[in-house]
Amino acid sequence: MTFFTAFWLLPMARLALFAADGREGWAAYLTVVTHPRYFESLVATVLLSAAVTAATLVTGGLSGVFLSRHRFPGRRTLIGLLTLPLAFPGVVVGFLVILLAGRQGLIGALSQSLGGSRIVFAYSMGGLFLGYLYFSIPRVLLTVMAAAEKLDPALEEAARSLGAPPLRILLDILIPGLMPALIGAGALCFATSMGAFGTAFTLATRISVLPMAIYTEFTLFADMAIAAAMSLVLGLLTWAVLALARSATGAGVAAAA
Amino acid sequence: MTRSVFRFWLPLGFTLLVSAFLILPVLLSVLAGVTLNWQRGPAGGLTFRWVAEVWGLYADTVLRTLLLAGATAIADLLLGLPLAYVLARHPSRKARLMEELIMLPVAVPGLATALALIILYGGWQSLRGGSVFILIGHVLFTLPFMVRSVLAVLAALDIRTLEEGAASLGAGPWRRLLTVVLPNARPGILAGALMVVTLSVGEFNMTWMLHTPLTKTLPVGLADAYASMRLEIASAYTVVFLLMIVPLLVLMQKAAAAASGGR
Repeated sequence: MTFFTAFWLLPMARLALFAADGREGWAAYLTVVTHPRYFESLVATVLLSAAVTAATLVTGGLSGVFLSRHRFPGRRTLIGLLTLPLAFPGVVVGFLVILLAGRQGLIGALSQSLGGSRIVFAYSMGGLFLGYLYFSIPRVLLTVMAAAEKLDPALEEAARSLGAPPLRILLDILIPGLMPALIGAGALCFATSMGAFGTAFTLATRISVLPMAIYTEFTLFADMAIAAAMSLVLGLLTWAVLALARSATGAGVAAAA
Repeated sequence: MTRSVFRFWLPLGFTLLVSAFLILPVLLSVLAGVTLNWQRGPAGGLTFRWVAEVWGLYADTVLRTLLLAGATAIADLLLGLPLAYVLARHPSRKARLMEELIMLPVAVPGLATALALIILYGGWQSLRGGSVFILIGHVLFTLPFMVRSVLAVLAALDIRTLEEGAASLGAGPWRRLLTVVLPNARPGILAGALMVVTLSVGEFNMTWMLHTPLTKTLPVGLADAYASMRLEIASAYTVVFLLMIVPLLVLMQKAAAAASGGR
């Protein structure tokens, strides 16, 4: 606990005070959420993270339910492949997106050989979206699979035998049953996307998402007070999302890796 | 049982598509790492030249990363085992709060933690310039995983009753620790240590802010290579990283399954 106090609580407290020590005093916090430049990057980050969360929940949810409901040869291998990226840090994910959609990427080469122009979107919002999606799918998948295993398949069987169409089963049984897992995984996905520095570092050369904005403020403009205020706002935001999800589901939200 | 199109084949196709999205770029990077010239494609010839070049340029980052991961695991054991033990023996509101508190560095982005460390301790040159600074960051970030892993095993065992049994038979505190607590916590310790090492090897968000040109780790070197090296070298370096991290991941998942009761 001493270690934790000395190297996390104290530095964090100092960070909060430091932000207020700058040119603008406590108003630095106000600036961070009102000044157009910072506000824009905040909004862009929130929107991007929300979009990634929605897309991840749909893809990870569908695949997760499928993998937990069916047994077939090669299933274990497939799960192994799907969870392999768990250990990749954000920087590596960023590079993988460059290999897919960068200037020398696969998508560009394919689109060119099909007679079109070279499609390159690795360094735009699309690239970031793809990267965050890549990062989040394995995590959501595992959570959904674990929850779906515990959900009684007899419920679905009963509904099906009573003539419920697949959509009804999805809406009335699967989604409510998986709700805690979906909320937990969604919150985690949102929080990691908000703070994803590694992927943004390799891809966001032209767009300003929050972690990049903090980094630029820190290194380029050396405006430490603003950087401190922004990272505190970011930290509070991600923590609040996770805490909210936890109190909503009552279960522990597994931590991000 | 026949498999319906809607319930089996369509979702299977979708899942295969998702796994292709996840695996294809990895294969691309392996291929690019051994291709003579990526512009001309793999047909233009294969080579280990880039891998060798990466080794020459970045071998020190590989070594430092491994040492750092080992040191992180040891520090986590020294700090985390006593904490997990106390939390398991005395479950209370205060214990829950403490568990929540040490989770904070995971919930808050590493960038913010790193900035806070730099602002408070950055002026202290001998600390700022060394690998110990990075070690502190890694321990903050990984400690909760170690504590949770050990705590889960200890809680499932009802370590309290076991210890009371040993004590009633006349075993002293040291004897109980060495013959009852530690052997029983072993699966949790192993799973936790492997997880910590995997996390430490891949940690970038904090390390990028805390490193100095003399204390580069592998992921930091990767970012460096992505920004300034040709695609083939960046790919070859990524392959070196994958060769380290993937076996760790597999071991970690095996250990975690064993710790949670062989499921």
